[in-house]
Parts: sequence; C-alpha cells; structure tokens
Amino acid sequence: MSDLLEVRDLAVHFATDRGVVEAVDGVGFTVRAGEMLGLVGESGSGKSVTAMALLRLIRPPGRIVRGEVRFEGEDLLALSEEQLRSVRGARISMVFQSPRTALNPVLTVGRQIARLFELHQGATRGAAWARTVEMLGRVGIGEPERRARQYAHQLSGGMCQRVMIAMALAASPRLLLADEPTTGLDVSIAAQILDLLRDLGRRTGASILLITHDLGVVAEVCDRVAVMHAGQLVEIADVRSVFARPEHPYTQALVRSIPRIDRDVAMEPIPGTVPSLLAPPPGCRYADRCPRVLEVCRRERPPLLRSTTHHEVACHAVEAQRVPALR
Amino acid sequence: MRWRRLTANRLSFAALCVIALIAASAVLAPWVAPHDPDETDEEAMLAGVSPRHPLGTDVYGRDQLSRLIHAGRIDLLIALSATAVALTVGCALGTLAGYRGGWTDQAVMRAVDAVMAFPAFILAMGITAALGNTTANVAAAIAITHVPIYTRLIRGEMLKVRETEYAEAARTVGDRPCQIVFVHLLPNCVPPLIVQATLAMGFAILTVAALSFIGLGIQPPQSEWGQMTAEGAGYVVSGEWWLVLFPGLAIMLTVLAFNLVGDTLRDVLDPRMRGVR
Repeated sequence: MSDLLEVRDLAVHFATDRGVVEAVDGVGFTVRAGEMLGLVGESGSGKSVTAMALLRLIRPPGRIVRGEVRFEGEDLLALSEEQLRSVRGARISMVFQSPRTALNPVLTVGRQIARLFELHQGATRGAAWARTVEMLGRVGIGEPERRARQYAHQLSGGMCQRVMIAMALAASPRLLLADEPTTGLDVSIAAQILDLLRDLGRRTGASILLITHDLGVVAEVCDRVAVMHAGQLVEIADVRSVFARPEHPYTQALVRSIPRIDRDVAMEPIPGTVPSLLAPPPGCRYADRCPRVLEVCRRERPPLLRSTTHHEVACHAVEAQRVPALR
Repeated sequence: MRWRRLTANRLSFAALCVIALIAASAVLAPWVAPHDPDETDEEAMLAGVSPRHPLGTDVYGRDQLSRLIHAGRIDLLIALSATAVALTVGCALGTLAGYRGGWTDQAVMRAVDAVMAFPAFILAMGITAALGNTTANVAAAIAITHVPIYTRLIRGEMLKVRETEYAEAARTVGDRPCQIVFVHLLPNCVPPLIVQATLAMGFAILTVAALSFIGLGIQPPQSEWGQMTAEGAGYVVSGEWWLVLFPGLAIMLTVLAFNLVGDTLRDVLDPRMRGVR
C-alpha cells in the first residue's frame, strides 16, 4: 500500500504564562491508503493536537513550530490558507468527540450536510439536499428525509455521531480524522459507530486516523497502531504485533493495563503521570516512569527506529538489547 | 409553537396586546384619531374627560386622545429606527471585536468604553443640543448611546460561540471566516440580541420622552408623550389631572410592555426549544 499521508518531525508548541508547552514534539508517522491507523495515548499526550495540526487548525497561543505534513504529495504546512480550505472537509475531514456540540444548534442537520455539497462540489440546493438524504441513509439513519429536517438536540447521541460521519464523508475525503468518536456513547452504540466507520472506510477507500485512549477499540478495528506518550511517538506497528509483542516499555505497560476477563492476570495501572510538557528534559519523556531506564535515556532522546518490517520503536533499552543480539 | 409559548403567559400576552394596540394606532393614526391633533376646540379648552373628548383637551382645546395617538407615531418611529441603527452598528463592531480579537478588539472596545463613560442621557442631551433637535438627530443621539450595549453583548457572545465545537467543526470543513461568522456564529447570538433589542426599545422610548420633557427632543406643535407630560405637569396643581396622567400612562404602559415581552422572549428564545411542538 502506498502512503497517503506522511508526517515528519511535527512539533506544536503552546505559549503559556509559565513558558512554552511542547505539546507535540517531533512526531512522525505515515497513513497508508485505505488503512485504519489508531493513534493512542493517555489524556494530554498530544493526540488531538496532532490531528488538528494536520489540518493546520492550531490557533494561538498554539503554533506549529516545525515539521512536514505531506498529503497526496503536497506539503499541507506550506499551502496558502485558501488552498487549505479546499483540503479541509473535502479531502481530509474530521469527526469530533462530542457530536451533539459539534453540530450547529440553529441549523437543521440536513442543512449542515447539504452546505458541504454546495461548498465543495458546487451542487445546487436541490441536488445537495437529495444527496444529503441519501448520505444520511448510508450512515444508517432511519427515515433520513424526516431526520434531515431536525436539529441536533432532537437526535440521540448515536444519531448525532452518524450525522457527523455523514458530514465528514459528504465530500468523499481520502482521509478521515476521527477524534475519540465513541467517547460519549454507550458501549453498544460505540460498537455500531466503529463498525460503521470501518465499513464506510473500506467501501470508499478512505483512510482513517482513529484517535483514542481505548486500546480495546484499537484492537477491534485498526490495522496499525501509533502510540504517543507526552507529545512524542514511542511505537508504531501493526495491531497484531503491538498486542502480541509490544516493545516500548510504555506500550507494554499500556497493554498490561487493559482489564482482561479471558486470562487470570491482574490489571496493572501505569505508575506515575504524564510528565509536564513545560520545558521537558532533553531525554526520553518516559524515563521517570520507566522500569528499564538507562543512563542514556535521561540524556538523549531515543530516535524512532525500525525493529522489524512492520514495527518501529523509540527506546534506548530496546535498542541496547537488540544490538548485541545482532552480533 | 413558539408563538404559543409567548402568549401562554397571561402577563406577556397582555403586554403583547398593548404593544400591538399602540403600534396599530401609531400606523393608523390619521384614521383612528377622533380629531386632528392640531385642531382647536374653542368651546372646550382644558375640558375634562367627556364623550366628545375621551381624554380631555389641553389649554388650546386640542383633543388629547388624538394628540397621544399621533405622539405614539413619532415615539415608536424614533425608538425603532434608533434601535435598528444601533443594532446594526453594534453587531458589526461586536462581531469584529469578538471574532478578530487582538488589537482590533482593544481598539473597538476602548472606543465603545469611551462612549459608555458618558451617562447615556447626558450624552443624548449633548448630541441633540449640539446637532439641533430634529427627529433624525434625536434618533441618532439615541442610536449612539445604544451602540455600546449591542457591541458588548455581541462581543461577549462571539467570544463564547467562537470557542464552541461547532465553530471548530466549521473550520475543519473548510468554511471561510465570513461563512463561519454569518452561518454558524451570528445566528447563535440572535436570541440574546432580540431580548436586548426589545428591552432597549422601551429604554429608547423613555429617552425620547425624557429629552422632549426637558425641551431637547421633539418640538411643538408636533405632539410627543414626554413633551405632553411636561406641559401637563404645570396643570396638576390647578386640577387638570388628565393632562399629565394620560401621557405619563402612555409612556409607562409602553415601556413596561416592552420590558415584559423582552423578559418572556428570554425564556422562549432558548435555541433548545426550536422545533419542539
């Protein structure tokens, strides 16, 4: 599969009264055409900021300080605001965490979707409406004709999220950024929404970047996983190897922290908290929580290196272990 | 459905009726007034309440009911046009300040603060005194004193709605800033705006009346409620009570009605009530 999106050395800083917060620091990953990539990490690890930075929607006091976001060959960070607008919503779109508040309360949901057909594809009002109703049907909303004329507050949470997905897919984007799309929903509805996302992704060939803190969700629907910790990417691999052989101590801890009912192992919470991103130390940001910490970890930031074909990890300890083995 | 909610409360229904009655009589003044407002009746000067002159006559024998009806015309006209102008200007300034932020916000809000630093009534007095008291100038004076109210209101609302998720979502779908403002943000500021405009209507009427009461507003022979109250005030001691009571009552009822409707609108115009039957 070819790469649809390639992010290199992305860094986003926020200027605060107490200094610069390095919310995203040197993140790099690729999203392949048609795949579903999970971006996981604790709260505050920089997942959402990364997504917003891809569309260059970081607003002051935040700032993208460096990096490259290559999407279908173009560097999005180098485009003009005007050129970017034709990317947003049309080629890359976004699904939000709380669907009810992400819908405009004074517009009917149908109107909000129809606007996008008019905005990005120059459809007439009538044609846009017809396609809106069709789109609502495709995301599994019953009586789409009637629902299209309702407001967000008249729909259930699950339905609002379906509307958001319809909105995100309206202009047939190549990449969908789903920021915790199931967080506010109950488990059965969340499962339906995930299935819908995966299904629509497969049918339209769109890639999906699924941001979540729930490894269970990732295991269920994603092809590959990128793990973030404190603004840095620590490990990327396909889903199977992350769960079977997690390499980074943080990922290992994350996997161990999943409650299991099939095996008799105790759930282990990860010790410590996400370190302060306000002027962080130069080395690995996991060093203070890491059971395998080496002296070099506190001095130098570990680079993201390929361990096997489908597995990349940023850890001095993993590296130290592997190098003698190769000799 | 929302209309029904507005009329469900008996008090606000009564207030709406008062406004409707005054508005209708203002529009239809030449046809509903029993007499010409300037016509003098030599046989009934300073006459009390009678079938011929239901609200009595003034010192020149002019029919007070007719004068009140014609006065309502000018009072409502000034209040309405001043509110419309202030609303438009205030909205534009508030949107600019709230959405753009930064130095634009600083510049606009400091200018508005400067206007607000003057007591509204003293400022209106100054403007009419300086520009001359024509109808247009009185309206302009009131509009200027009302601009800060709307600017501050809209700026505050903008600061609130521009941080909402739907504003964020609008940016992710490629809307232009002006589309975000007009399609997503401003419509969500409308409810408090309507409430404020209704309340300010009452206040505008009060200001016209007060300006005219002290002689800086509408000039005779054109009748105006405040000016009629001022004239009537001289006859309280001599017993011609109707000359001050009825114009005063007209002002009070109208202002009260606008305030009551404004308060009810506040409850009714909650966006979450949309589409609920």
